[in-house]
Amino acid sequence: MSGRHPYLRIEFVSKNFGDFQALKSISLDIYPGEFVCFLGPSGCGKTTLLRAIAGLDIQTSGRILQAGGDISGLPPSQRDFGIVFQSYALFPNLTVAANVGYGLAGGKMPRADIDKRVSELLAMVGLSGQELKYPAQLSGGQQQRVALARALAMSPGLLLLDEPLSALDARVRQHLRAELKQLQRRINVTTIMVTHDQEEALAIADRIVVMNEGRIEQVGTPIEIYRQPAAAFVADFVGQMNFLTVDIEAPGLIRLGQAVLEAPDANLAAGHGVTLCIRPEDIQVRGIADGKGNTLLTKIEHMEFLGSFCRAELRLACGRALHADFSINAMRDLGLVPGQELQVALPPERIRLFPGEEKAARHG
Amino acid sequence: MKNWISRRQMALMGAAVLATAATMFVAPQASLADDVVLKVYTALEEEQLPVYKEAFEKANPGITIEWQRDSTGVIAARLLAEKQNRQADVVWGLAATSLMVLDKEGMLERYSPQGFDQIKDDFKDTRNGWPTWVGMDAWASAICYNKVEAEKLGLPKPTSWKDLLDPVYKDQIVMPNPGSSGTGFLTVSAWLQLFGDKGGWDYMGKLHENIKTYLHSGSKPCKAAGAGEYPIGISFAYPGVKLINDGAPVEVILPKDGIGWDMEATAIMKGTKNLEAAKKLADFAASADANKLYNESYQVLARKDVTPTLPANYPADEEKLMITPNNFYEMADRRQAILDEWQRSFGSKDAPK
Amino acid sequence: MADIALAGTATAPRIKAKVSGEEWGARAALLVLGAYLVITLALPLYTLLTKSVQDKNGQFIGLANFARYFDDPAMLQSLGNTVYVSILGTVITITLAFIYAYALTRTCLRGRGLFRAIALIPLLAPSLLPGLALIYLFGNQGILKFVLLGHEVYGPIGIVIGEVFFAFPHALMILITALAVADARLYEAAESLRAKPARIFFTVTLPGCRYGLVSAALVVFTLIFTDFGVPKVIGGSYNVLATDVYRQVIGQFNFQMGAVVGLILLLPAVLSFAVDRMVQRKQVALLSARAVPLQPKPRQTIDRLFLVLVALVAGFLLLVLGMAVFGSLAKLWPYNLSLTLKWYDFSRVGTDGWGPYFNSLRLAACVALIGTTIIFSGAYLIEKSRGATRLRMVLHFLAMIPLAVPGIVLGLSYIFFFNAPDNPLNFIYGTMAVLVVNTVCHFYTVSHLTAVTALKQVDAEFEAVGASLKVPFYRTFWRVTVPICLPAVLDIAVYLFINAMTTVSAVIFLYSAETKLMSINAINTDDAGNTATACAMGIVIVATSAIVKGLQVLVVGGLERRTQAWRKR
Repeated sequence: MSGRHPYLRIEFVSKNFGDFQALKSISLDIYPGEFVCFLGPSGCGKTTLLRAIAGLDIQTSGRILQAGGDISGLPPSQRDFGIVFQSYALFPNLTVAANVGYGLAGGKMPRADIDKRVSELLAMVGLSGQELKYPAQLSGGQQQRVALARALAMSPGLLLLDEPLSALDARVRQHLRAELKQLQRRINVTTIMVTHDQEEALAIADRIVVMNEGRIEQVGTPIEIYRQPAAAFVADFVGQMNFLTVDIEAPGLIRLGQAVLEAPDANLAAGHGVTLCIRPEDIQVRGIADGKGNTLLTKIEHMEFLGSFCRAELRLACGRALHADFSINAMRDLGLVPGQELQVALPPERIRLFPGEEKAARHG
Repeated sequence: MKNWISRRQMALMGAAVLATAATMFVAPQASLADDVVLKVYTALEEEQLPVYKEAFEKANPGITIEWQRDSTGVIAARLLAEKQNRQADVVWGLAATSLMVLDKEGMLERYSPQGFDQIKDDFKDTRNGWPTWVGMDAWASAICYNKVEAEKLGLPKPTSWKDLLDPVYKDQIVMPNPGSSGTGFLTVSAWLQLFGDKGGWDYMGKLHENIKTYLHSGSKPCKAAGAGEYPIGISFAYPGVKLINDGAPVEVILPKDGIGWDMEATAIMKGTKNLEAAKKLADFAASADANKLYNESYQVLARKDVTPTLPANYPADEEKLMITPNNFYEMADRRQAILDEWQRSFGSKDAPK
Repeated sequence: MADIALAGTATAPRIKAKVSGEEWGARAALLVLGAYLVITLALPLYTLLTKSVQDKNGQFIGLANFARYFDDPAMLQSLGNTVYVSILGTVITITLAFIYAYALTRTCLRGRGLFRAIALIPLLAPSLLPGLALIYLFGNQGILKFVLLGHEVYGPIGIVIGEVFFAFPHALMILITALAVADARLYEAAESLRAKPARIFFTVTLPGCRYGLVSAALVVFTLIFTDFGVPKVIGGSYNVLATDVYRQVIGQFNFQMGAVVGLILLLPAVLSFAVDRMVQRKQVALLSARAVPLQPKPRQTIDRLFLVLVALVAGFLLLVLGMAVFGSLAKLWPYNLSLTLKWYDFSRVGTDGWGPYFNSLRLAACVALIGTTIIFSGAYLIEKSRGATRLRMVLHFLAMIPLAVPGIVLGLSYIFFFNAPDNPLNFIYGTMAVLVVNTVCHFYTVSHLTAVTALKQVDAEFEAVGASLKVPFYRTFWRVTVPICLPAVLDIAVYLFINAMTTVSAVIFLYSAETKLMSINAINTDDAGNTATACAMGIVIVATSAIVKGLQVLVVGGLERRTQAWRKR
């Protein structure tokens, strides 16, 4: 990607609301045709950043460039974007067709062309034949599609989606998420979606921007974000993660209670206060030998059945807890039951280390 | 595309709203373009206005009267408030004591109308050679006495102010608050002139024992008596006479020890753009013809040469009982002091009994 | 990876938002609105209130007038009286209105629509009418005089009864809204914990609507504190501040002292306004939670009890109206009670005949049309436009002032301001235009708040969507916001119409021969002793307002049928 010019460039953007700093010098490039998700907990600044890009709440300082032009201070009406809000903001008193054609009707486009374009757009989102219905007569998912069609009506260079799926129930959400991604691929519009749902972000985005307290924690592909979280905050926010405070014995060696484990060399000084992260699904129970290869002796405290797998809470010798996911097969083969003692291995390549003790590390 | 209210309908609605607003905003033109329109402020009774207007316009073709009528206090307050940019050309039918306030502010034009010599001395300002107002007719304080209610309560008919001090009338009398009502003030000023300063305040102190309440209007005590709310109301004759004409069991009594009075008067506003027409109105208001019209409602007239007849149900001898001379100017000068004194003595005792 | 995590510089230049042409248009419109409010409200009030620190010749004398005022025991007595009747009236009004509102929202009372309609009666009547009716009912010749156990109706008793009658619908509206937003889940929780009904009432119902109660109480207190009509007619010699203004201005032509009292009348209203603002701010947080609407369940004993209570209150309201109707038909109260229609022949009391009635209609129609246009568009600009934050805050504050200004103060302000010889606008003095402007100003606040409430319920992102589609805001306003808010727009129009039909205190100084109004004519007719005709005029006003209100109900019903496809209600 780095060979191309960014379509949207955000440079040192900060936004203050009174004394509160909602965005702290954000810089980010977004490339043509990319689908980017802003992910983070509520209050992290993701919506504020989206609104700054739209010109709805102009940033306090910093520049935003779109397609090479500086749009930093422009009002929304002079920018080039389509937007879908969480509420959809469909005009309740206008029909589906009038909603979709709302932006077209003001210009010099002939009536027939407008109608044609509206039909095309509705066909694109799979709502052909619903032209004369009012939004209140549609389901939530259909309303969301109308809002999407309306946002795309003017063929904008940038599509902004502010938690567009969060008002829907889980099944519809999964379905629409896939459709949205397909549609975006097809028309190849640069898209930014704000979401607090990490699963949604992982499933839909080309790149994810993880935000926390007004800063960007990490930018990367879903796999990078999941596999190589750049910070404990990211590790914690995306997916399930075990956090254990450990001491560095030597470069590449850590001490957890009585046990000494191999770990990647994270360039951390020897001593106290380092946090070890490992995902529950990365903890191995099969094919390990006693006392070798990063093994630990644990006791199964209890087990939680989660459908396709089981999550066990393991108690370490030092008294700390560790979560591990076991497939149903593994459970059956090993006859795992609560109260049982169990050898587990923490594969070194799956371990990530972050500076600071557990609590401090997680809140970045 | 079919919306429940189409764009065209919305546009039509908007246009209709604007058009209606525009037509309604423009007031219809009342008079012919070439007529002189005189803005006349008045506190005359509503039913007198068409009669007076017709008579004047008949005698003075080309001049049209446009009335602005309200109660005495409101009209006078409005004239004063409009001092910086006067709207009125003429005041026809406002208490002379109120006109004196305007005169003090230098708001009245000097003019002695035709037939000025025929106006009785009490009815014109004789202190200087140049009058600013001319009286029309007089109205005096009176007692409205509800015969039916009085009989129920066993109250004798009072014939003088002194009669009203009888303890039998305790809590049966209402009168106007002199601070709110011209009638109230002229009654109080009459007592001060009749009984002397000390005697007057003594009288009011004793009368206060019998007063149920002080009302904020000069005619209200009489109307309250007419409606049987209170058996006795201190007021003036006109509303009582009207009540009798309507069939109320009311008698209008003029106390024999003398009655305070004020007059309705006419004045030209200084600075009027229609001075000639205004003078014609002032001439007419002082004329014998006009005095005959006043006689329909009032017994005491300004002109020497018009012999008044007694209007139906009007109490006799009003002119005879009116205190003379009535020291309007002295009373006007002392007005604030009297009101302050009255307020101190009786006003704050207004609380519910 | 192309994006580089660069350290931000704290001294980065502030981004100045560029303002588009249409946004300049919106700001210009806001400035026009601001100029309008300054000219029709702020400057006139300033002109009058400066008189409180001047002597009769316009010389500045500092606080001498105030010193004189507070030196006068009678004036202080008025202040005490005003506070007394205001508190008593507020307590009674809120109690009755709460019972009534509770019955309408929380019980299975039959005929709720009818009871709600009856509760509107006081809004439709000019203040003279209940005054006269109360005299007929409780005066010394009153048919219900015995109820007062030998006490006089003239004075605090009459004032309190009259004010309760007047303030009742205002309190009721607020309390119905407050009680209607209950969360059923709270009641289910309380019941599942076996709480007794009384305990549920005190721990769930009352706390749930306490903000409604506070703001209703403040509105009622302000209304009673500044009202002039009721004490004038039935107050006897029981002085309150509003009648003091009258006595100073009308009885003694003392505008300076009138301005002093007017200013004092403003203070508690401003204070309650501040408290209201504080309460409102908290209320937003309270209502933001998603609630399950409460459907009342039949409870036989309680339903019956409330039927009796509501019927008593409604009966009283009807009795007052009925007595006024009777007063307009009786030949000569109280001595000849046979019926006649002759009092409805208005030409008996002057040449105007029905002319003032048509003037009143003209005023009411203009106020409704022009006022609704200005107030609703203004509220939209204040609520929904971008930028110009401080200007919008100032405008909102200006829009809140009229609620606190007594009519007589506003009316006098208008004379002094609009009739000043050096005011280029003085040509509108004495015309219908000045009456329209004055009446719109007088009733601005409640209409403004209605508009703001309706606009807050409209999705906040409509303007953003419109801008992203390159559609100018005024088109979105006209095509979307106005149609959605049409019921509220009609509410405002009818509210303005009804108040313009009954208004007296502010316009009494401003009308002229050609613009004489029915409501003023009724007062003058009563002053002239034609009480029955005054009653008849009042009844005509009530009937007209009732018809307009009825039309509104029909139109809104029709609209809702036509728009039920998109209106979720």
